[in-house]
Amino acid sequence: MTIEHLNIDHVTVEFPTPGGTFRALDDIDLVIEKGEFVSLIGHSGCGKSTVLNVVAGLLQASRGGVVLDGTEVDEPGPDRAVVFQHHSLLPWLTAYQNVELAVKTVFRGAKSKAEMRDWIEHNLRLVHMEHARDKRPGEISGGMKQRVGIARALAMQPKVLLMDEPFGALDALTRAHMQDSLMEIHAELGNTVIMITHDVDEAVLLSDRIVMMTNGPAATIGQILAIGLERPRERVSLAASAQYNHYRAEVLKFLYERQRRPGEAKAEAPAEKTAGESPLPQKSPDLKVVRDKAVA
Amino acid sequence: MTFGTAGIAEFGKALLIPLLAFLLFLGIWEFSAARIQTSLGAVPGPVEVWKQAVNLVDEHREERARQAAFYERQDKRNAEALAQDPSAEVHIRPYTGKPTFVDQILTSLVTVFTGFLIASLIAVPIGIVSGLSQTMYRAINPIVQIFKPVSPLAWLPIVTIIVSAVYVTDDPMFAKSYITSAITVTLCCLWPTLINTAVGVASLDKDLVNVGKVLRLGWFTRVWKLALPAAIPMIFTGLRLSLGIGWMVLIAAEMLAQNPGLGKFVWDEFQNGSSNSLGRIMVAVFVIGLIGFLLDLGMLLLQKKVSWDKEAVLR
Ligand SMILES: Nc1ncnc2c1ncn2[C@@H]1O[C@H](COP(=O)(O)OP(=O)(O)OP(=O)(O)O)[C@@H](O)[C@H]1O
Ligand SMILES: [Mg+2]
Repeated sequence: MTIEHLNIDHVTVEFPTPGGTFRALDDIDLVIEKGEFVSLIGHSGCGKSTVLNVVAGLLQASRGGVVLDGTEVDEPGPDRAVVFQHHSLLPWLTAYQNVELAVKTVFRGAKSKAEMRDWIEHNLRLVHMEHARDKRPGEISGGMKQRVGIARALAMQPKVLLMDEPFGALDALTRAHMQDSLMEIHAELGNTVIMITHDVDEAVLLSDRIVMMTNGPAATIGQILAIGLERPRERVSLAASAQYNHYRAEVLKFLYERQRRPGEAKAEAPAEKTAGESPLPQKSPDLKVVRDKAVA
Repeated sequence: MTFGTAGIAEFGKALLIPLLAFLLFLGIWEFSAARIQTSLGAVPGPVEVWKQAVNLVDEHREERARQAAFYERQDKRNAEALAQDPSAEVHIRPYTGKPTFVDQILTSLVTVFTGFLIASLIAVPIGIVSGLSQTMYRAINPIVQIFKPVSPLAWLPIVTIIVSAVYVTDDPMFAKSYITSAITVTLCCLWPTLINTAVGVASLDKDLVNVGKVLRLGWFTRVWKLALPAAIPMIFTGLRLSLGIGWMVLIAAEMLAQNPGLGKFVWDEFQNGSSNSLGRIMVAVFVIGLIGFLLDLGMLLLQKKVSWDKEAVLR
């Protein structure tokens, strides 16, 4: 029997709230192969970040768990580098020093000073940021900050790269640019990537599989779409491709027909009003029915 | 570069307005002071106060000259004694003149810095630890909340008695009064620094905390690279508050305990009650204010030097 690379094994997450326990995730089950690029997509508040945090080890699952290369994940670590939505660079350090902090911590004793310097510079080059290495985050644009954040994550040589809406705060042009860079890097390094996104085009363009999540509370995986587009992918020619548009339509259908935003659903289905609004103290059979209806 | 009307207007705003306001203040003072008669004569106006300030500096110079002359005489005497008999025992007696105004200023400055430094060395580390650890914060919070509102002057008798009891040596390196004043300053400098440091450290961005976790940074690196730089602005806010309070408290403590310093100078002049006394006290008031202002300015400059964010607007 082969061991799976990354196994998100029946993960359920509950948060204690003043109104009782709130089940954010319900039985998320997903196996990811080495080098695979997986996107998580779903409406705001459904629990995407929660999934990512569990994989990162920043959050403990209430039930189930995450196994990476045969070892259970129980704390955060540099083998699962995270690129946060808001870059989260240390504002008092330059681009170089930000990457350096990661490299020094991860490769202490394993790399010499010169090797570390080369490695830091290599990673900054990878994201095309070598020209701004001595600038602080306050002095560079949002896109550049995000690049440094990615360089920092890549420099840890993670087994899995976790990205929480890495390009969400960027304008469309910069975003396209960053997506191309990311595809290049992924082709070159072959990291396993889990990326959260709100952007359907981004998901289809970058992913090997798109994991679509149902609305919370008790969100789970609604559908998984394998993207069979040849790599390397090129956005301009893909825009005209029927296959690409088919995938796009699939995701859109899921998001806007089967999983309406909680706000929209409220007006139509009164049953969902209660389910969508109040944190449920216990796993309620009612909710299950409502959700299944919504998915099916 | 040309000085257009805009430049002149800027200049006027920056300098002229404060200057005019100050002149107006002096005018009102001069005008109203002459109209108030006290047991010590009319309240001195700015001109009289200025005269007293010059006087105080002159007195200081004279005193220094006397002191120099004293030591000169003594050295000469000793040299002569040694010349006659190399095994003669020579005495070096310290000069025991009355401390001048300038001496009192220096005493107060040294005392406030001592107290402030001790307080900062205690409060910043404790603040950092209680900012990082919820448990530590809970432990320290009641103590801080109870002692923070206590007027430091209430501490003074306790500190005085404890210092008298504990600090007994034949050859004291520091005067008891100095230690008492410094500890009183310490006791009130602790709280603003401690609270602000703890809040600054605790409000570290959650994403940055997570970065530290993902990197598995050690405790020391976490403090040094994450918590401390993030908390620098808050720490300095605390330090500036502390130093300001410490300076105010010190003057009051010196008055109350008759410990050497500016406070004692003010009190002595008050007891003295000569026709010059009011003017001299007013000089002291201005000097106290000016020093307080300069202390704050000094902290601000230090903050600019230490802070990573050179663009931050500090005021
Ligand atoms: N610490 C917590 N305590 C209580 N509830 C929480 C906590 N963290 C998240 N939640 C709830 O869990 C649900 C999922 O949150 P999550 O942040 O994972 O959503 P998301 O899909 O990432 O949303 P977005 O797209 O807006 O980032 C939300 O309803 C949120 O209110
Ligand atoms: Mg999120």
